[in-house]
Amino acid sequence: MPQISLTVNGKPASATVEARTLLVELLRDKLHLTGTHVGCDTSQCGACTVQVDGMSVKSCSMLAVQADGANVLTIEGLVNADGSLHPMQAMFREHHALQCGYCTPGMVMSAIDLVETHPEGLSEAQIRHGLEGNLCRCTGYHNIVKAIAAAWPLMHDKALPVAAE
Amino acid sequence: MYDFTYAKPATIADAARALTGDAEAKALAGGMTFIPVLKQRLNKPSAIIDLSALGLAGIKLEGDKLVIGAMTTHGAVAASAEVKKAIPALAELAGNIGDRQVRYRGTIGGSLANNDPSACYPAAVLALGATIKTNERSIAADDYFQGMFTTALNPNEIITEVHFPVPQNAAYTKFANPASRYAMVGVFVAKTAGGVRVAITGAGQNGVFRHAGFEAALAKSFTPDALNGIATPADEMNADIHGSAAYRAHLVGVMAKRAVAAAM
Amino acid sequence: MVVDGIGASVKRKEDLRFLSGRGNYVDDMNRPGQAYAQFLRSDQPHGKINKVDISAALKMPGVVAIFTGDDFAAVGGVPCGWQIHSKDGSPMVEPRHPVLAAGKVRHVGDPIAMVVAETKQQAKDAAEAIVLDIETLPAVAGLTAALAQGAPLVHDEAPGNVCFDWHIGDKAAVEAGFAKAHKIVRLDLINNRLVPNAMEPRAAIGDYDVSSGEYTLYTTSQNPHVIRLLMGAFVLSIPEHKLRVVAPDVGGGFGSKIFHYAEEAALTWAAGKLQRPIKWTADRTEAFITDAHGRDHISTAELALDAEGHFMALKVNTQANMGAYLSTFAPSVPTYLSATLLAGVYKTPAIYAEVKAVFTNTVPVDAYRGAGRPEATFLVERIVDVAAREMNMDKVEIRKKNFIPKEAFPYQTPIALQYDSGDYMATFDGCLKAADYAGFEARRRASAAKGKLRGIGISTYVEACGIAPSAVAGALGARAGLYEVANIRVHPTGSVTVFTGAHSHGQGHETTFAQLVSEQLGVAHDMIDIVHGDTGKVPFGMGTYGSRSLSVGGSAMVKAMDKIIAKGKKIAAHLMEADVHDIEFKDGKFSVMGTDKAKTFGEIALTAYVPHNYPIEELEPGLEETAFYDPKNFTYPGGCHIAEVEIDPDTGTVSMLNFTAVDDIGRVINPMIVEGQIQGGVAQGIGQALLEHAIYDESGQLLSGSMMDYTMPRADDIPNISVGTEVTLCTHNPLGSKGVGEVGAIGSPPAVINAVVDALRDYGVRHVDMPATPAKIWAMIEAYQPKMAAE
Repeated sequence: MPQISLTVNGKPASATVEARTLLVELLRDKLHLTGTHVGCDTSQCGACTVQVDGMSVKSCSMLAVQADGANVLTIEGLVNADGSLHPMQAMFREHHALQCGYCTPGMVMSAIDLVETHPEGLSEAQIRHGLEGNLCRCTGYHNIVKAIAAAWPLMHDKALPVAAE
Repeated sequence: MYDFTYAKPATIADAARALTGDAEAKALAGGMTFIPVLKQRLNKPSAIIDLSALGLAGIKLEGDKLVIGAMTTHGAVAASAEVKKAIPALAELAGNIGDRQVRYRGTIGGSLANNDPSACYPAAVLALGATIKTNERSIAADDYFQGMFTTALNPNEIITEVHFPVPQNAAYTKFANPASRYAMVGVFVAKTAGGVRVAITGAGQNGVFRHAGFEAALAKSFTPDALNGIATPADEMNADIHGSAAYRAHLVGVMAKRAVAAAM
Repeated sequence: MVVDGIGASVKRKEDLRFLSGRGNYVDDMNRPGQAYAQFLRSDQPHGKINKVDISAALKMPGVVAIFTGDDFAAVGGVPCGWQIHSKDGSPMVEPRHPVLAAGKVRHVGDPIAMVVAETKQQAKDAAEAIVLDIETLPAVAGLTAALAQGAPLVHDEAPGNVCFDWHIGDKAAVEAGFAKAHKIVRLDLINNRLVPNAMEPRAAIGDYDVSSGEYTLYTTSQNPHVIRLLMGAFVLSIPEHKLRVVAPDVGGGFGSKIFHYAEEAALTWAAGKLQRPIKWTADRTEAFITDAHGRDHISTAELALDAEGHFMALKVNTQANMGAYLSTFAPSVPTYLSATLLAGVYKTPAIYAEVKAVFTNTVPVDAYRGAGRPEATFLVERIVDVAAREMNMDKVEIRKKNFIPKEAFPYQTPIALQYDSGDYMATFDGCLKAADYAGFEARRRASAAKGKLRGIGISTYVEACGIAPSAVAGALGARAGLYEVANIRVHPTGSVTVFTGAHSHGQGHETTFAQLVSEQLGVAHDMIDIVHGDTGKVPFGMGTYGSRSLSVGGSAMVKAMDKIIAKGKKIAAHLMEADVHDIEFKDGKFSVMGTDKAKTFGEIALTAYVPHNYPIEELEPGLEETAFYDPKNFTYPGGCHIAEVEIDPDTGTVSMLNFTAVDDIGRVINPMIVEGQIQGGVAQGIGQALLEHAIYDESGQLLSGSMMDYTMPRADDIPNISVGTEVTLCTHNPLGSKGVGEVGAIGSPPAVINAVVDALRDYGVRHVDMPATPAKIWAMIEAYQPKMAAE
């Protein structure tokens, strides 16, 4: 069975896995990082979203062996060493952007990527479109959109430009 | 998923050898379609040959051709300044495939090798008259697509690059399937040195196809109104729970007009 | 004054663990020595099982055991919790629902065998090695096919596939109303079948402790005590004291996790047989063919009106799809949870409804967010809009003319329910204003200038929630009590643990309930913990559904806290040498009225546990109280929803532009959570109206069997949802709260469809069945064009 080594949330990790093991199975079953969830089996829901080498990916659609040597960030790795929350986590709480919490880790990881890759600003429409890879059944998205807009200035250290549309 | 062996060769020659030596071996590009298929146990490969270490990712402009490496992700194409400058419609198309997470991993080569009948890239490749380069040969787009999930590729032939001639104008419009967000109808319109080409994905029973009627009309007048009254035969269209063949045939016309308007 | 008590938008206590990946869902749990189960399921809608050959599969690597229907012959069937009687007095047909299919398979997804292996993949591999010999039988998937003459029978004991044929209301009074009518409006409607799709797929672990003989089931449930009752008493014959059911963090339910499912019983039973824990987690694809679906009604409605547009009588005939077996509460949904709501917010004097429940070769159908009340509301609000048009009346005026006026409460409807309070004019006017209804025509013209069709739709609704007074529910067929339970444990230092029978799977109970306690006992939030979801900790409970947690579960807490305060007063009176009648409790202090003598809540708690100076002759030490609260009536939230849509006539695409809700849910504890509940419910209602549809083909195969084909609402399908409230208090529970969980899903679908029909006003469209997909809308526009050409 393949032996793989990678960095997960800043710490080295290694495991022996079947080649067919998915990245999410490695994270949940072998590394006991159960914050990353599985909500579907057709790559629609995005509950399993993590960052691999700085890019948000669906860890249910990637083999663990493909992450050999990679730097993986999961929801557990977002909390600062002093226990304080990442701005996106904090704004999700502030704006009640989660209810049952199941889609939340993937939603937060995806939202961080969305904000990081849009330093020029984000309109409401862009946020909604940018969430097409993540499903939430509880919130109706209203407060998720608000939370992401509120996290943008905190992550870019400037006011969110008013959309020109 | 059934178990398999996994290899990540460092050269194209090694990858080709691995694929040739084992009839049940399968190449893995981005895996955004292939891994879900494996999860459903619809495919039982003996070995997975990961193409990600072959150095096949990259975008460059070579004269009047835009060259995109087979392992270039949709996200990279969408974000590329070179693509946006040379063929903005292609960047736009890539930026609307799947979702952001999928675009970070899905590749142009994987999409073309799979030739899903509702994938977006085949429409661009066919309308732009691109050339598909493999480890064995060059294949013109008109010869490449041979019906849904069927291509001119030999078993185990590896796509290395796609060469897109830069068009005068081009645009892609997609009517997404409400559930999967794949193209229910996608129309790529290109005005090129060799004439107007229109390719339709998502709608046809045999995968991507060129629309001769639209091409002839647009060659005379490259305007949306030129398409008025030009029918798309419904009997060649798909029908499913999301729409009848007649609806798809109608959408082909609507999306084509919008593409022409955007390309003008 | 409590700053984070009732009425404050307190940030949620549960968020910190969910946001940092430290939630504890069933699939996150693992038990030592755990094996994994995989269910082999029928891929045929209907078939006779000739043979299930497990011999090869048993030899596969890692296989521990394989069980089939024969192994469960001696245990009970999966029970139904509600019994309906037909018009002729006969009880509903209630065929045995075996844990694993016995003799026949009756829907795609019916479990045939359970493989237990050392790993998940080994269990899957072995399940594939089972050889099935199943003889295909003709199947029926839709209501019309199932009721056709000579249709194949899903169960031999249900002739014509009829489960029951029920009615309610005064038929003669309705006929009299129709005889005098100025106009009769008739409408055929389909309430589309839905897949609940909570984001967390179902999962369960069965466990057995050899030393104590105790079984534990960890399961994704909205009501662990109900599962313990149904599974323990009816299926496996395990007494309650030897069966613990734990439902930890649960990732959404929306009704689909109320029910007792066969997998729970199979895992628990097998854990005992094999004496080791067994875990099962559903794939999403498996969820599509095993989680109970929702809705799936076909109705004909007729409304009689007088010349001024007053409603005189309403007659409804409904066929309801039960699926292949009766799920836990399925029979109650089209009957007492739906037909009784046909009065809506209107003073229609005579109503008569008939409901025929029908077996088909499909997944069982049961309660899904709203459960029956969305179906009733859709029917009423659609036919009111059609009536307005056909009477040439304004849709605002016809509603105002028929509202039950606020002076009329308590209001007895002609079909069983007595509404306690409400002010439908207030929510209606509030919503019209918030939605800028008056400015719509200008917006419509602006859309028309862009070639788009804009429409506005109104829906007003009332629902019955809180489910329910036990005696009433029992008389209507419920086989369980429907009270709620709270146990309040005050610790010696004054901190508080609340054990509640309600279950939180997104509703934020840990926060809202803490606000209640903080308000009433004056204890700080961080000194209060809410415990739910464990029959080993919580004395009893009926769980969370029917928007009942606050109005019933919260009321139980208020009653338990009343007892705490009463006991505290006795202790305080003793300590301060005063008469107990002179003690008042306010802001966390027991004081002697008219003096400055006072003891804090903490001091009293400490005294209760350190009873050195204590009225030990009259009072036991300790400070812990339990209350069971059985409501006197249902609660009746109501309100108005307004949707505004724009249609692209070239493609048929419907865009949701605005959605406005003004609801009366009684007293609000946490406005932030309330808004979130309404927004989420509205999004599900928009999903039903525009996107979602579980479609079976004629043979019984589910065509929309994955999220590739079943359209889940995404962020860009849903608009911002403006939420407002108007409050009239519930008159019969101590909080005055009515419930909020379902209002969004109940009020919104007719608002959206009324808007779609309004947008299509120039195309001769009278009604659109849900979901209003682009293909459907385009076909309607297309069908109209030949007529235009002919004019």
